[in-house]
Amino acid sequence: MKIILDIASRVRRVYKDEEYLEYIEKRGKDFVKTAHRMYVSHMMDQNESAGVMAAHSLGEPGTQMNMRTFHYAGVANVNVTQGLPRLIEIVDARRIPATPSMVIPLVNEIDGGPVDEGVARHIASEIEITTLLDVAEIQTDVTSMELIIVPDARKISEKGITSEDIKERLNKIKAVRGNVEIDPVKKINIIARADEPSFKKLQLMYDTVKGTKIKGIDGITRAVLSKKNDGGWSIITEGSNLKEVLKVRGVDSEHVMTNSILEVADVLGIEAARNALIREAEGTLGEAGLNVDIRHIMLVADLMTNDGYVKAIGRHGISGKKSSVLARAAFEITAAHLLHAAMVGEVDHLEGVTENIIVGQPVTLGTGAVNLEYKPKKRRTEEAE
Amino acid sequence: MTNEITKKIGSIKFSCVSPDEIRKMSKIEIITADTYDDEGYPISRGLMDPHMGVIEPGLRCKTCGCKVDECPGHFGHIELAMPVIHVGFIKDIKMMLESTCSSCGRLMLSADQVKVRRESMEKMEELGGGTIDLKNFSKETAKDASKGVECPYCGAKQVKIKLDKPTTFRLDNGDKTVNKAAAGVNKGSASSKLTPKEVRERLEKISDEDLRTLGMDPETCRPEWMVLTALAVPPVTVRPSITLDSGDRSEDDLTHKLVDVLRINQRLGENRDAGAPQLIVEDLWELLQYHVTTYFDNQTSGIPPARHRSGRPLKTLAQRLKGKEGRFRSNLSGKRVNFSARTVISPDPLLSINDVGVPIFAARELTVPLHVNANNIEDVRKIVRRGPMADKLTFPYRPGANYVIRADGRRIRVTERNAFEVAENIDIDYVVERQLMEGDVVLFNRQPSLHRMSMMAHRIKIMEGKTFRFNLCDCPPYNADFDGDEMNLHVLQSDEARAEARILMQVQENILSPRYGGPIIGAIHDHITGAYYLTHGDTHFDRFQTANILFKLPVRTAEQRENAIPDDKQHCYKADSRDWAIDMPEPSGKDDKGEPYWTGKQLFSIILPEDFNATFKANICHNCRDGCLKENCKYDAYVKIRNGNLECGTIDVRGIGNSKGKILDRIARDYGASRAAKFINQVTRLVLGALMNHGFSTGIGDEDIPEEAANQIATYSQECIDKVARNVESYRDGTLEAMPGRSLRETLEVNVMGILGEARDHAGEIAEKHLGMENPAVIMAKAGARGSMLNLSQMAGCVGQQAVRGERLSRGYHGRTLPHFERDDLGAYARGFCSNSYKSGLSPTEFFFHAMGGREGLVDTAVRTSRSGYMQRRLVSALEDLKLTADGTVRNTVGTVIQFKYGEDGIDPSRTVGGKAIDIDDLFYEVLPEDEAEKLIHPEVKDRGDDYGTREKDEMEYIDEDGDGEGEEDGGDDYGDDGGE
Repeated sequence: MKIILDIASRVRRVYKDEEYLEYIEKRGKDFVKTAHRMYVSHMMDQNESAGVMAAHSLGEPGTQMNMRTFHYAGVANVNVTQGLPRLIEIVDARRIPATPSMVIPLVNEIDGGPVDEGVARHIASEIEITTLLDVAEIQTDVTSMELIIVPDARKISEKGITSEDIKERLNKIKAVRGNVEIDPVKKINIIARADEPSFKKLQLMYDTVKGTKIKGIDGITRAVLSKKNDGGWSIITEGSNLKEVLKVRGVDSEHVMTNSILEVADVLGIEAARNALIREAEGTLGEAGLNVDIRHIMLVADLMTNDGYVKAIGRHGISGKKSSVLARAAFEITAAHLLHAAMVGEVDHLEGVTENIIVGQPVTLGTGAVNLEYKPKKRRTEEAE
Repeated sequence: MTNEITKKIGSIKFSCVSPDEIRKMSKIEIITADTYDDEGYPISRGLMDPHMGVIEPGLRCKTCGCKVDECPGHFGHIELAMPVIHVGFIKDIKMMLESTCSSCGRLMLSADQVKVRRESMEKMEELGGGTIDLKNFSKETAKDASKGVECPYCGAKQVKIKLDKPTTFRLDNGDKTVNKAAAGVNKGSASSKLTPKEVRERLEKISDEDLRTLGMDPETCRPEWMVLTALAVPPVTVRPSITLDSGDRSEDDLTHKLVDVLRINQRLGENRDAGAPQLIVEDLWELLQYHVTTYFDNQTSGIPPARHRSGRPLKTLAQRLKGKEGRFRSNLSGKRVNFSARTVISPDPLLSINDVGVPIFAARELTVPLHVNANNIEDVRKIVRRGPMADKLTFPYRPGANYVIRADGRRIRVTERNAFEVAENIDIDYVVERQLMEGDVVLFNRQPSLHRMSMMAHRIKIMEGKTFRFNLCDCPPYNADFDGDEMNLHVLQSDEARAEARILMQVQENILSPRYGGPIIGAIHDHITGAYYLTHGDTHFDRFQTANILFKLPVRTAEQRENAIPDDKQHCYKADSRDWAIDMPEPSGKDDKGEPYWTGKQLFSIILPEDFNATFKANICHNCRDGCLKENCKYDAYVKIRNGNLECGTIDVRGIGNSKGKILDRIARDYGASRAAKFINQVTRLVLGALMNHGFSTGIGDEDIPEEAANQIATYSQECIDKVARNVESYRDGTLEAMPGRSLRETLEVNVMGILGEARDHAGEIAEKHLGMENPAVIMAKAGARGSMLNLSQMAGCVGQQAVRGERLSRGYHGRTLPHFERDDLGAYARGFCSNSYKSGLSPTEFFFHAMGGREGLVDTAVRTSRSGYMQRRLVSALEDLKLTADGTVRNTVGTVIQFKYGEDGIDPSRTVGGKAIDIDDLFYEVLPEDEAEKLIHPEVKDRGDDYGTREKDEMEYIDEDGDGEGEEDGGDDYGDDGGE
């Protein structure tokens, strides 16, 4: 249907108002008719081996892609896996990509006020994980057996946290629970006392405290601001945690993207995962300057998400789940498949490609898919195919 | 012809062989471990017993009485003295032992549970659950069953079973009391080892019904069969011995292994019968287990692989099947063929894209079967009479015959001597293997066969020489060049195959790539340079030149050759000029001296279809900032073709090049494959004619730039280097401001990379300014024939920063890259900046850095090929079964729907216009009169689909923007299901 809109918009460029309506009246039918004819003539033929075509179209450019793992994505300075490794990662359906990353656009207005750089920075600090060591220095006082946490005034104000917040957080940690308080003398400092005078305990306290999350979302190690095309702000992150990020206020939750496909599947469901697969694969190929028709990528994505969960392309996914013993044996782990087949008395109906090649018969794709059926007249129920 | 009905294999069922069956199918029991006696005859009841088939010519099989090649071989068997466990099933045995009661042998699940399980299994099968799902389900069943401590039927206490090493089961004596309770089962022995015999006894007790619950089929495989009492010995033909030149025999690995098994088996039997101590018997038993285990799989983890005398691990049964060189991948999924040839390839621009030049030598060897019938019998006789003509390797070529196959299937070799006799004896229903002749359809292939265009059908043209030859335009789909590449050729043997190949696989049918909706076959390299010289600007050719260029044009396509009047049916055709003659066009003007001249654009227009229209920008377009001047473009980059007449513009890679060629794209789509093939054929000839008329060469002199320019570059790069030094300094004294989210050091690196990148670009600009459009190297780069401006600026201007892993060079010695620099020098030169150009020559350190950068590229390619190869294998394996069915859905061969409409719109990617289902411009042209259509067409808008590299990014943005109505005409995938109604 979109094509009709396109035609209309093209026509509108030239003709105005009544002239436009008149024009549509005159030509509309011809446009649609011709468009339909062209459309039908561009349809794919029956029995075309769409799968192999897609596999070739994705695999062949793979040889032309570069292996360089890291690529500097624009000004954002966030490392993202690109090229062949990324493509392999996508078809593998890895749980966690090598470089998880998110693009989090922010809404343009929040609570009636515009989202300017300051607000954006604040939201970023909500998202980026901040550990104690990021904002404070920790001193161990051996004489009084305590940890003195000295927050950097500039850093904590930048992150929008106070000593009080840190105290609160630390009091939830098992190792130091109940022993944390704000230094009565130097208001900013925080003191954590060891409940027993042991160096071992002190060291343990130090180790647990230094990595404590003060603020932010688990898994997101860095959040960098970047300007959107429409003048608004967006945040690009290293690390991904879709579920939590969506909850953050000020985030334009409809347009948040992550490159961790399984996370998308978990949080937003399988259709979203399919779209994420298409988007990621197309983006990766596009980045490498290779042109692959989106239909091929769609087919791969549809196959991977066909069962309602994301299946990998390979031994543990689709190839390992084929219905044919011979096809599975021919792919990988030959012996195990054959032995198991023998045990349960499996029957291979020779429907797929590999099986038929193995037994030396025409495959059931393309011209091989056409059968001639002949039913002889008046002969008892004889099978004739 | 015989009227045999071709049989089809409907399905293959897998099952285990029971010991009884092994004995039944065995033709002989093997008892002797020896193979041959002193005279070299196989020992009776030995491993090479002729009852199991023969491998030596002349001998007859004692079972079927057939000779080698006729007898398929027969199985023998070994009676094992004591039962032995089959390694392959070890896990399944364990599962069954665990889930069933040790005393009554029932599955330890209550009747209700069993019922539930069975029901869901039936349901799974009904819903089409694959074997793998069922397998996992039964695994779960077994797991649940093995949780019980007590049998719900007989109340016997269960002892945990532990799997030890690869093949030993032990009862877990963690708990003494339990052990005592189980003592009855264990025959009171203190040892907790479960012998294979005991295992077998327990497995025998499992009922058929319980097995079904566990997902097994008792008909095809009883669990006790997994503990072997008889071992099948494969036929001799499966494990032939090789006779070496020295007369020694070398046995197959399997035979070696069987010898081991037999030897130990014999000793075990003897010892057992003689009442030897338990310990010795057990040792031998274990040894037998080891040998049988390695006989099946010599890579079982936990045991050392059995080795050959030389130390090489033996290749036993599992190894024969496994992996890339295994039976499955090497012999079953890929097969060797006859009627094929392989040789070096070389180019021939005068061949059609559909042709392949085959040397006479190869043509005499390769054959096509001719079925003799009443109509062709005389012609066939004529061919046969010529004989094989094996040494007639010069023109004129006439095909002979190599073999004649009689109606009864006998093959007769045709020789010079018997040719006449054989020819006379030929009758109806004979088949004659005729040598290749011009026009035969063959498949042509170059590895790696990454996509379907790696194997295309060509028509044969017999040629002199020793190489295969084809048109240069066919290089991109094969990814071939002529630096020693070899290619394969396969001769089709049946009419069906030939028809299919011609209709689906011929080169012209593959001009449009299914990967993207554009041509993959098109002009390359010199063709584009030639087109540039022919059409750029106001080129004039006098009568002589014009004739010289045009006379190359006529190409006889394969069809024309076929339709031509045969001079002598067998080999050559009378030239029929009517089909392909080209008339000299009217001169377009007269020069000062009154001599007529023809313009290049006019000559190019000759080969365009008469009603061809197109408007686009050439590759040489400067993308003028202040708007396009269109027809008045001063670079002649605005291409306008009306009614097959090139009105203005230069034809370059955007016009006729592969993957980018607009004209080519349109012709292939709108005028059909054969017109496109004709166009490409003519373009190559015309354009090469023009290039030959002009002459073309490039050399090191083309990178010469004036001294002042060189100075300019030197000064500028020195400035940049100083700037880098200042940056480093500010980094050192801490005045450098860190970029947000980056460390100080990273900031420095980013800055430096920026500065030095600019240095190279600027040098390139300066160089470019001094290398004008009359420079051949520049013409090649700008027209898109070969090379880029970056290559040129590296040659003439400055090579620039060398990088490894996207960073400046930093590794080598402690704190420095080379001893030529001071430690911790972060300056430009110390970290791999090359300020020289390739022409001026790199300094020693620069050269070294350049090699470092170059090495990364080499490593990259090496790693990449294997990685992407595996990825493609996986992709193909996953997707190979998918096809478009009659109802428009994409399904796999089992019938599962993958997509309800292919690509959401059912459009074939190779028929799309750059990914779009319909090209709106085409639509306007088709519906409206030209002047009206013109108004609606916006070349600027259209250009978005031009450059495939950048287009992707555009579309990505488009997705981000969340497609709206106004968005021009991209997003063809949105045209959707009901696009045309």
